[in-house]
Amino acid sequence: MPTFVRTEKCDGCKGQDKTACMYICPHDLMKLDKDGSETGHAMKAFNQEPEQCWECYSCVKICPQGAIECRHYADVVPLGGSVQPMRGSDSIMWTIKFRNGVVKRFKFPIRTTPEGSIDPFGGKPMPKVADLDLPGVFTKEVMGGYRAGNPAELIRK
Amino acid sequence: MAGTFDKPEVVQEELDVLLIGGGMACCGTAYEIMRWAEALKNETGKDLKIKLVDKAALDRSGAVAMGLSAINTYIGDKQDPADYARMVSNDLMGITRDDLTYDCGRNVDDSVHLFEEWGLPIWKTDAAGVRHDGADAIKEGLPLLKDGGLPVRSGKWQIMINGESYKWIVAEAAKKALGLARIEERVFIVHLINDKNDPSRIAGAAGFSVRENKIYIYKAKAIMLAAGGCVNIFRPRSVGEASGRAWYPVWNAGSTYAMAAEAGAELTLMENRFVPARFKDGYGPVGAWFLLFKARAANAYGEDYMTKNKDMLNDYPPYGQAAVPASCLRNHLMLKEMKEGRGPIWMDTVTALAKLRETLSPKEVKHLEAEAWEDFLDMCIGQCGVWVGENIEPEKKMSELMPTEPYLLGSHSGCCGIWVSGPTDLGAPTTETEAGVPAHLPAGWNWGYRSMTTVKGLFTAGDGVGASGHKFSSGSHAEGRLAAKAMVKYCLDNADFKPELDETAEEIASAIWKPVRTFLEFKDYSTAIDVNPNYITPKMLQMRLQKIMDEYVAGVATYYTTNDKMLAVAEEKLEMLKEDAQKMRAKDLHELLRAWENYHRILTAEAHMKHIQFREESRYPGFYYRTDKNFVDEKNWKCFVNSIYDKKSKKWTCFKRAHIDLIDKSKLFKAAAPH
Repeated sequence: MPTFVRTEKCDGCKGQDKTACMYICPHDLMKLDKDGSETGHAMKAFNQEPEQCWECYSCVKICPQGAIECRHYADVVPLGGSVQPMRGSDSIMWTIKFRNGVVKRFKFPIRTTPEGSIDPFGGKPMPKVADLDLPGVFTKEVMGGYRAGNPAELIRK
Repeated sequence: MAGTFDKPEVVQEELDVLLIGGGMACCGTAYEIMRWAEALKNETGKDLKIKLVDKAALDRSGAVAMGLSAINTYIGDKQDPADYARMVSNDLMGITRDDLTYDCGRNVDDSVHLFEEWGLPIWKTDAAGVRHDGADAIKEGLPLLKDGGLPVRSGKWQIMINGESYKWIVAEAAKKALGLARIEERVFIVHLINDKNDPSRIAGAAGFSVRENKIYIYKAKAIMLAAGGCVNIFRPRSVGEASGRAWYPVWNAGSTYAMAAEAGAELTLMENRFVPARFKDGYGPVGAWFLLFKARAANAYGEDYMTKNKDMLNDYPPYGQAAVPASCLRNHLMLKEMKEGRGPIWMDTVTALAKLRETLSPKEVKHLEAEAWEDFLDMCIGQCGVWVGENIEPEKKMSELMPTEPYLLGSHSGCCGIWVSGPTDLGAPTTETEAGVPAHLPAGWNWGYRSMTTVKGLFTAGDGVGASGHKFSSGSHAEGRLAAKAMVKYCLDNADFKPELDETAEEIASAIWKPVRTFLEFKDYSTAIDVNPNYITPKMLQMRLQKIMDEYVAGVATYYTTNDKMLAVAEEKLEMLKEDAQKMRAKDLHELLRAWENYHRILTAEAHMKHIQFREESRYPGFYYRTDKNFVDEKNWKCFVNSIYDKKSKKWTCFKRAHIDLIDKSKLFKAAAPH
């Protein structure tokens, strides 16, 4: 179920050592063909093992040129449909085209805080080493998520 | 000095703590451990050296890489962790560790509240009962979960999210907590190394970069091994281009189980598997369709198999009598229809959406349609690919359901994995009543450090922890955090311990690079690079594994059916396959990655086969059947099946451990129907 790279759109991430798609693919599928010896297209990326593609769209979403799309698996799916996202900083837009020409568009939120804004330990307590033996995590007192439970449920205690 | 393909550079580093993996579990460990490490430094001046090594990129690694449309474990303030532990137990046919599930249940919401603080949009219900997506909820001023906000429940334990960037957000917090200098991406750890002076202790781990000709050897006191479950050991239903369209992500290669087993860690319930019934071919999620949109599934003739075949549940008391029958039993009832020729099985999306339209405004209907699509777009875009290609608009055309090929995992609706030390305050046993447990292994369910395996210093979380399924994304994160505390304590208690590797750097490097050497030595023997009697490609080795498992170990080819005779054939074939794994070739670093993944798959598959062989019953009807022992035997087999592997003899030893309830399970069951 493979993604593919549009030849005229891919710029090989402008000659950097690794492309955005190579950086992100969880399964190490995207590869930059530096000299064109593998694809005939020098300095452009390609999916080197399409039958291992999970179609997670990580490469599609991250490509700065919008050069990556998905041609749904040829051994299963009739041709002609497409599912293409445009991922922004707080939402994602999807354009869905059916084989019969029907088009649907959806927009969903993806994040409620600016990217890069997480302050992981801001406002969080500093635990004491002596508390390592106590149950629960260090944010137990401030996050309101600890569920102590009814002790009567524990039949061997 | 950079290495070359025939002569890789070897990098050695000494650490206190090594985290292997980058998914939800390791991100949880990273977050928690850095705060405790800071506390330790403040109080004692001791600075723990910590590093996380991921074979992919943290932003999109692990099972949540694509995103998720729901958080499947959120307890909330109205349910008890005991209710959660009961549900998990019943779904896994009675054999789980209540200490682990309860502990996950009481801690998991803390992680969910953090996710929301970090920016994960969580759907909310307002005072009028109207639901809002995560961004809208904030605009409307609805409170956060931690301040009493009401989530949208798509089931008793599940809450809906806008989760396209779920992993991205959780990874950002982990990365910030760690700092980039403590993260090594694109390095695949393939081998754990025991301590030279104490073989029951861990001392290090080794792997290689998939970008440069570099081998990494780490010494560490404590190691978190959380590298996912196992996918693609069975022949998938789609064998061409779509063989990558597995239900669980294909990059889960059994590395957690295989590396732990080789290090001597005790595994548990490796006979357990998960066979999800999903939308056919795309493997899109059905949960929201069943639970949120109230859709029904039926056979080709419109018969609801759960109603029609409900008497079959009485064959498996008491599990069939629970208000919600175990997942495997639901498959069992569906499979009867398929085997007897009344397929295909349909999810009636048309009727479900029509019914909802009767009571909703046009705006709400439009919202509902978006919700249905988002369910796939957040976590299984491939299903949308199938629907657009086949012109399936769910309000106009029903969609087929199908049970998938089997998966091995410990965090979703499966419970295979590693036997770990649990919490000490829940009444867990401290002795063992089953005979036959090898003498060097611990007796009870806790031996000092939460989530430590039976190998000292080796910890796990998420898919790694066996006998405690249904953690999902949030529970895996929480479990990683609980382990983090124990790892810090372990380092503190073992401050003077200096790890010494029981293999030399040369031996380790030589073993890791063997597939490359094999390729370089023999590549010119034949003119076709892939056909050569001196080596086997990782791809062909994987296909051979899948054929064996599918045909003999209860894959889809036999409708999940095996027997003792078939298992004996599989046993012999797997042994030869394991031998041939030593002849795998790697023509580049990418293929070296595949070679080691497939080696891990073989060991995991072998463990699965040995456990099914040892357990003389069919504990999970609907997931697998042993026709020679086609029953659930509560008297003799309501117990854990555990195993250890001897890396020198390459042999498995399986044994029983007693199962004990720490929570009363009788609340789950209706009185047994007369039978």
